[in-house]
Amino acid sequence: MYALIWRLLPGPRPVKILLALALVVAVVFVLFEYVFPVAAPLVPFNDNTVGDPQ
Amino acid sequence: MIRGAVRGLGELFITAGLLLLLFVAWQLWWTDVVANRAQAEITADLEQEWGDGSRGAAPAEAPQDYGDPPELAQAPDGEAFAIVRIPDFGPDWQERPVFQGTGLDLLKKGVGHYVDTAMPGAVGNFAVAGHRVTYGRPFNQIAELEPGDPIVVETADSWYVYRMRSSTIVAPDRVDVVAPVPEQPDAVPTERLMTLTACHPMYSARERFIVHAVLESWQPKSAGEPAALAAG
Repeated sequence: MYALIWRLLPGPRPVKILLALALVVAVVFVLFEYVFPVAAPLVPFNDNTVGDPQ
Repeated sequence: MIRGAVRGLGELFITAGLLLLLFVAWQLWWTDVVANRAQAEITADLEQEWGDGSRGAAPAEAPQDYGDPPELAQAPDGEAFAIVRIPDFGPDWQERPVFQGTGLDLLKKGVGHYVDTAMPGAVGNFAVAGHRVTYGRPFNQIAELEPGDPIVVETADSWYVYRMRSSTIVAPDRVDVVAPVPEQPDAVPTERLMTLTACHPMYSARERFIVHAVLESWQPKSAGEPAALAAG
């Protein structure tokens, strides 16, 4: 999978490295902003109230 | 062919591990960073809106008796209506906004007031919930509070000083701890109480850590900051 991505990246090696870094940053951004906040309520230690959260 | 499949599987596992690590980093670190920044902005906005001229001014003389505190109407749902300060949590602990409601989305922004429990200063139980870990963890040190420690609540017009009285650990379904008279749901309240709830043990939701406090004094903003704020 990672080898395939590396092959698909265009340009000489330095350009490939920069593009790969940009990809990593983009993936982390999407995870932090959109994916993890949706998953967070499933983590048990986020519950601080007695009774049902209102 | 088989080698390719094994490599693909290996990469999948590595990716899954990285994802989990990233999630933990996000939950335990990044939510604090974001929430601390957002909560500081909210309290700054509130202070500006209230025109806090009394900030930093020491009380002029010995505390007076201002009679019964004003009766506050329930705040609209989702609105920030107070700021809580706990000097014993140390200088690094920032002031926290109090929102009306205890939904998950509100607890990301600060401390949440159990709707329809008493408002600050009122007879009954001013009950609030806060994160102990993640999202700025306002109540991270809740278990370190000792009897007599001040909990200072600021509203648009007044300061309220509560003193920690007792703590207890209960099951998550024990709504009676936020009753007007804690643990006696049918009793008629005579005291002006405050209750804090947070998860317990840390990083778990098995139980709740509960702190009860009782109102010691209140003063209008015109009387300056309460002396208890400087005690920490």
